[in-house]
Order: sequence, then structure tokens, then C-alpha cells
Amino acid sequence: MASQEIALIDERQPGTSFVERLHGLVITVDHKKLGLMYVGTALGFLLVAGLMALAIRMQLAVPNNTLLEPDVFNRFFTMHGTAMVFLVGMPIIAGLGNYLVPLMIGTRDMAFPRLNAFGYWMFLFGGLLLYFSYLGAPGLAGHGSAPDVGWFAYAPLTGRAFSRGHGTDYWILSLLLTSVGSTVSAINVLATVFALRCRGMTLMRMPLFVWLMVVTNFMILLALPALSASQVMLLIDRYLGGHFFDTQAGGSAVIWQHFFWIFGHPEVYILIIPAFACVSEIVPVFSRKPIFGYPVMVGATVMIGLISVSVWAHHMFSVGMTSVGNTFFAISTFLVAVPTGIKIFNWLGTMYGGKIRLELPMIFCLGFLFQFLIAGLTGVMLAVVPFNWQLTDSYFVVAHFHYTLVGGFLSGMFAGFYYWYPKTSGRLLDRRLGFWHFWLFFIGFHLTFDTMHFPGLLGMPRRVYTYDAGRGWETLNFITSLGALIQAAGVLCLVVNILRSWKKGKVAGNDPWDAWTLEWATTSPPPDYNFETLPVVRSRRPLWDLKHPEDPDWKYD
Amino acid sequence: MRPSLSLRPGILRALALLCACAAWLIIAGHVTQAFGNPSGTTNIFRPLSQPAQEVQELSLLVIAICTVIFLVVAGLLAYTIIRFRQRAGDEASEPPQIYGSNQIEMAWTVLPILIVFVLILVTSRSIANIQNREASPDALRATVIGHQWWWEIRYPKLGIVTANELHVPASDASGRRPTFLKLESADVAHSFWVPQLAGKTDLIPNRENLMWIEPTEIGTYLGNCAEYCGTQHARMLIRVVVQTPEEFERWVGEQQQAAAEEASAAEGRVVFFANSCVNCHTIRGTTAQGMFGPDLTHMMSRQTLASGAAPNTPAGLRAWVRDPQAVKVGCLMPNMQMTDEEVDKIVAYLQTLK
Ligand code: HEC
Ligand SMILES: [Cu+2]
Ligand SMILES: [Cu+2]
Repeated sequence: MASQEIALIDERQPGTSFVERLHGLVITVDHKKLGLMYVGTALGFLLVAGLMALAIRMQLAVPNNTLLEPDVFNRFFTMHGTAMVFLVGMPIIAGLGNYLVPLMIGTRDMAFPRLNAFGYWMFLFGGLLLYFSYLGAPGLAGHGSAPDVGWFAYAPLTGRAFSRGHGTDYWILSLLLTSVGSTVSAINVLATVFALRCRGMTLMRMPLFVWLMVVTNFMILLALPALSASQVMLLIDRYLGGHFFDTQAGGSAVIWQHFFWIFGHPEVYILIIPAFACVSEIVPVFSRKPIFGYPVMVGATVMIGLISVSVWAHHMFSVGMTSVGNTFFAISTFLVAVPTGIKIFNWLGTMYGGKIRLELPMIFCLGFLFQFLIAGLTGVMLAVVPFNWQLTDSYFVVAHFHYTLVGGFLSGMFAGFYYWYPKTSGRLLDRRLGFWHFWLFFIGFHLTFDTMHFPGLLGMPRRVYTYDAGRGWETLNFITSLGALIQAAGVLCLVVNILRSWKKGKVAGNDPWDAWTLEWATTSPPPDYNFETLPVVRSRRPLWDLKHPEDPDWKYD
Repeated sequence: MRPSLSLRPGILRALALLCACAAWLIIAGHVTQAFGNPSGTTNIFRPLSQPAQEVQELSLLVIAICTVIFLVVAGLLAYTIIRFRQRAGDEASEPPQIYGSNQIEMAWTVLPILIVFVLILVTSRSIANIQNREASPDALRATVIGHQWWWEIRYPKLGIVTANELHVPASDASGRRPTFLKLESADVAHSFWVPQLAGKTDLIPNRENLMWIEPTEIGTYLGNCAEYCGTQHARMLIRVVVQTPEEFERWVGEQQQAAAEEASAAEGRVVFFANSCVNCHTIRGTTAQGMFGPDLTHMMSRQTLASGAAPNTPAGLRAWVRDPQAVKVGCLMPNMQMTDEEVDKIVAYLQTLK
């Protein structure tokens, strides 16, 4: 049945009308189309949530600004955070995984194509539901509209007593939907990797990208239930008279924080590991060397995954845990630094002695490496509990996690876009516009997020809709806001580039980067069936073997 | 191909560097400026009390370690990029294919482990130092209760209730005078953060948290609520007034007195008690026993109104009583819809509450 549908779309493709093409997308179960739909939709949400961030920065550019009302501001940062994590980060990962994993392991589709489509639609409607709250949640006497409880929605602010109207309900329900989407998509990726690898592709011959996707998707399965469960508990509190988090009736506010961060911390790694994945593919190709220490890289990632489920309370050092509790979570957090350090060194080792081609994908990877290094080090500072007591919930933390998510995750994704775009469209992204994107974004990023650490050190708490003059924050905030504008210009270059190059870009050919993994062995864009005959591999770099019969990898395998 | 294009990134790179330097100069200049103030700043690197001082020492150590790591790794990275970048005309051959090295791998596993070990030691020692400090029986104790969006402050042993300004005695050569704070919340989570005195500790409903401070310099210290708590989270400022022991004693004496009853303000008193002000506010020694808003018994002794939303001046007070929503949008004191005349009278009365 599924294969019949694929064939049908294939026949109709050339010269069909817009409505038919749309229909094609709605009924598709093809992993490549779904992958692109995921990424495209995520980029749409990125623009919306990015505009919200811009509005937030405009409000904070000068002290005592009245551009945004307090409640409007509070909704903006809640929606910005929620959307960036669940409607941008998660679907980009799902999209990359969908598109690339089957190609990289040499198979024709995901293990469960229909489930795959289901996952996408859950995500899309979940996302739309979240934004629909602006129209649909006027609630009691005008209180409500979009959720305004912050993306981690601490109890008891989310209880009915403090969060009237339906904003919080929309937050819960829309995330439950997207979580269902993420869960099935994770199951799908894992099943695909474990069941559908082409002949010869043992686990230790998979591209690192695939390995890291496995780890990330395992973590999704591990972490998301904690969020979903606590959200259901919150719903029970709100509508069925439960008292899990209702402190007035003996419930616990702290238990919500534990639940949330049991999900929330792994979530950070769920997002950053796919960035590692992109970097681990791109750095070797553009250094012209295999990844340094492949088994160690795999081991380090698995370690990161394991350790990162035992560090959650480092988000809660100020809730008044015992000194023993604080010490435990400090130690486990420091331990994450070890495998993370190993990864950075291995990327360095890959570049060392190579011939580094400073093309766009690589340049974004280099940006990633510098930025992720700094983010890691500010992370170490945050793990020093007494220092954390000063830094947590201040702008320093905001700067730190934007460093990981924008400087790290997003840079990695940008690198991936430039690298795999030619595969998906058959055309290269424009090089000049790409460099404009890089430099604007790079400068804007550093203006904003380097600067943002300092108001935190000067005592500025996060999530304030305004501040008084005279505390040393004005200039710093102004620069921060300025950088946001420059970043926006950079993103605009990317969007224009993506749209324009789709039809007009330079034709890429099957293998524009002279790369080594299987996705480059098929046409760009790949046919619906991916490979005419399923490939057989003998090493980690099948295309290297093909191109260098005199010195193939499998000799050392 | 490449040569013509590589010029452009070159220029851009230079521009970027220039911009970055300019930005850093501005930032650096600005930060050092803020280092100058004694008390009254919220700079975490200007601590004037334990445990903030201990935290600062530890922070500087950690920052130093991280800076060294950064310089080494970033240096290696920069060196690698410059040294091993592909040069024009060198595209034909591939470099030697190296797959890894167990010795090198070992080296860069062990090194981070050693650093982490040091960090664990200094961190756990400092946690224990700060968290496990026992209160001496005669130490001053206060309870801070977070409300949306103001602070209730109680001194149970002294029988004082006030708001938004915590008074404590300074320690000096004649003795250590730490203050132990019990933190609670009446509604949602808040966080007590006065950077010059200590790191933050949350105020969580249905839970008791403890922290202590031991300031050595007199002055007024500023801080914010640091846990998002709803609409006016931004205007939930806390002030800590550190006084000499004698001044502190005098302040305690004043606060312990009943509310003033000046004949000149009798009219305003009548208006106040005729309105629902009494349902939300307490004025000790009167029938006003509301608990929802700040205690007003000695409200004129405070520097600001509504947690720092307005200065406590006649004009500020008038604006507040006239329409609190115009001063602090969304705050939990409603506009009482009073005539100008009534407002004047009430303000006159409130001003006698010294
Ligand atoms: C519904 C309860 C309520 C009523 C009625 C009410 N208040 Fe308030 N009042 C509050 C709350 C809550 C605050 C703290 C607001 C904040 O800081 O966000 C407050 C703050 C104040 C303050 C500032 C205290 C300080 O030290 O910061 C004054 C003065 C005050 N009210 C006077 C009055 C007067 C006069 C009336 C009667 C005309 C009145 N209030 C009626 C709840 C109330
Ligand atoms: Cu974390
Ligand atoms: Cu608060």
C-alpha cells in the first residue's frame, strides 16, 4: 500500500499544479519529503519565534521602556522559549534524522513510513495549537491569551489560582501533541537504524551522524515521558481537583521542578548532539581526513547520554537542596565535561594535519567549535554551586544557554544546511550570500551573547520586562539588542538564499563536496527509492573506498 | 574560482575583528565603571559580606581555570586552522589518513579528569562552608515571605513586621553579627538575591529555606526577585539596610512602637478606615488587620513604595494611592477610585506613620 502511494506521487510529479503538489505533501510517507517538511516548518517557526525575540530585545534596549506591556512581554518570552525548543529544535532534529539516516545507512525509507507522517502532523498541529492560544484562549474575563508562565512553567504559577484563563492549558496540550510526534519519530529512527542497515554496515561502520542520532533519539524516549507525565499531572491539578503541585493543599512545587528538569536537562543534550552529528560529518570531509578516534567519539557520546540523565538538579541549586544533594549534582555535572572535552579534542585531531577547506559548511563548524567551547566553559562555571547561586536565573545563564543553543546547536544546523542542501535540491546555496549570512550572524551573535553575560554579573535577573537606569545595565543591554538586529539580517540572508537557490542555484551534482558517506552515492535530489540497487559497504567511508581503490579504508577496518 | 572570492571574506574578516574589538572596548570600559561603587551596586564581584566574599574568591579561581583552558584550546584551534588550511594549488592530493591514536586519546581524557577533580574538591568544600553554618542561639533571625510582588519581613523574636526593606546590623571588630533568614512564600516561587551579600535562595510555598548573611559595611544593598513570579516580577526589588549595631537597636525600638495617632491627620484616618484599605493592610494597634498587603504601621520609615516601584515621597505616595495600577501595572492592589480630596486626606494620614 505504502509503496503504491509513493509510485503514484512519483508519476504525477512533473508539471503538476500547486494544489496537486500540496496534496502530494499531505499524503506523502516519503522520508525525504517529510524530512524537508519538518525542516521547512521548523524554519517558519524559527522566524516567528525569532521575531518575538527581537521584540523582547527592543523592549529591553533602553531602561523603563514601554514598548511592551508586562503581560505581553511575559507571553513573548514564554512563547519564544517554548517555540524554539519544541517547534524549532526538536523538528529540525527529526527532519535531519528523517532525511539523512535512511540515506546514510543505505536503505529506501524509514522503518515505519506512515508513523513517520503521523509524527510530522502531530508536530505541525501541536505547533499551530500553541500559537492558536493567542486567539483561542481569552479565558476568564480576558485573563489568559497565550501562556505566560515561562517555558519551564514552574508550579504553582501554573495552578488555577495564579494562571487563570487557558494559556497554560494550551501550553500543556500543544506540547503533549508535539511530544507524541517526537516520540514516534524517535522510535522510527531507532527501528530504522537497528533493522534496515544495508549489507556490510555493522554498527561500528555507521557514520558518526547516525550513531549520534541513535543516542539523541534514545534520550528523547527517556526524557519526554517525564515532561508528558508531569503535564498530565498538572492538567489533573487544574481540572480534576488534584494537588500534585498545589502548595496550598500540601502539594510540592519542587517536585515539578524535578520532573521538568529530568526532562529538561537531557533535552539540552538532545538538541546539541545532532549539532555534534553534523559537525562530525562535515569536519572530516572539509579537513580531508577521517574522523579522529571514531570508537572514542561513539563512546564519549554514549557517556554524555548516560551522565546527562543524572545531572538535572543543577538547574535547581537555589531551591534549597541539602549540601549533599548539591555536591552530588555538582560532581555529576562536572563529569559531563570529560566526554565533551574528548569530543572537542577529537574534532581538533581530525583537523590537525589535514587540508582544511574553508567552505561555508566548514566555516559554520569552526564557529560552532569556538562558541561551543565557550558555552562549555561557562557551563563549568555554572556547575560550581556557590558561583551558581550568584549566576542562576540571571542574564549570565541566559547568555550561557543561548551560547549553547544559538552558538552551538543553530550553528551546527546552519553548517548542516549548507552541507546537505545540494543533496536535497540538487543545487548549491549561493556562496556570496552564504558568507554574508555567516558574518552578519557571527558578528550579531557575539555582540548579543558575549555582552549578555555581563548584565548577569551585574545583578540583572532574567525575565524582567524592564529595569531602572543607573545599575550599569543600560549600555550593555543596548549593545545586546543591537546585535539581535544584525543576527536577524543574517537569518534573512539564509532564508533568501534557501528560497532563491532552490530553483536558481548552481547545479551541484551528486557529490559536490567530494564526501565519503552513502548519501552522496545517489543522485541529488535522490529518487524516491533512494538507491537503484542497495549498496554494500566494507568500511566507514564507502565512497572513499570507491575513489581510492589503491588505499581503501577497509584494509584497516 | 576561489582567489577572487577569497578577498571578500578577507575584508569581512578584518571588519568583523574591528567590530569585535570596538564592542569589547565599550563593554570592558563599562564593566570597570560599575566596579567602582562601594555599596548600592548589584555587581557580584563587589561583595561586602559573607558568604558573597567566599563565593567571589571561588568564582575568580574558576574563571582563571576556565580562561586558561579557553586560551589553550582556542589557541590550538586557531593554530590548526591557520597552519592546515588548504592553500591555492594544493587541491590535488589528499593528506595522510590518520584514524586515531590511543595514547593521545588517553592524554586528553586524563587531563580533563584531573581538572574536574580539582573543581570537585574546591566546590564541595565551599558548599559545606556556606550551607552547613550553624546559627548561634543569640543570632538575629528574620523571616522573609515572598508575595506577588513584594516582600514581607518579620522578626518573630522582636515582634516586628515590615516590608521590602530588611534591616540588619553590621559585623565589625567588636563582633560577628550574622543574620539568619528563613525564606517562605505566600503564593508562587520567588528568589532572594542581593548580589553583594549572598547568592540567591528561592522562596517556595509550602517549604522553608534558610540562608544567612554577615555584612561588614553599612549601607543600603539592592537586589531583585530572581525567580519569575508573574506579571510584575521585574518590579520586585528588595533592599537590605545594613546599620551599625546602635542604629539597628534604635530602628528596632522605633518599629516596636504602635502606630502614630496624630490629631492633624484625624480626617485622613477616618477615610482610611472607612475604605477597604483595612482588609488588606495592617496598622498595628488599630482595627486595620489585613494580611494581604504590606504592613503600613511604620511605612514612612521605608525608602520606596511597592518594592521599589516608586520612591516614598509625598508625590510618589499620592500617585500610588490614587492609582496603583498606573505605577505598577497588574499589581494586586486595586485602584480604589477615590476622589482627589480623599486621596489627599489618606496621604496626609499615611505620612504620619513614621
Ligand atoms: C486588595 C487588597 C488591597 C487593598 C484594598 C488596598 N491595598 Fe494597598 N497594597 C496592596 C498590595 C498587594 C500592595 C503591595 C503591592 C506591590 O508592591 O506589588 C499594597 C501596597 C500599598 C502601599 C505601599 C506599601 C509599601 O510600603 O510599599 C500603600 C501605601 C498602600 N498599599 C496603601 C493602601 C491604601 C491607602 C489603601 C486604601 C485606599 C489600600 N492600600 C488598599 C493591597 C491592597
Ligand atoms: Cu542542564
Ligand atoms: Cu518574585
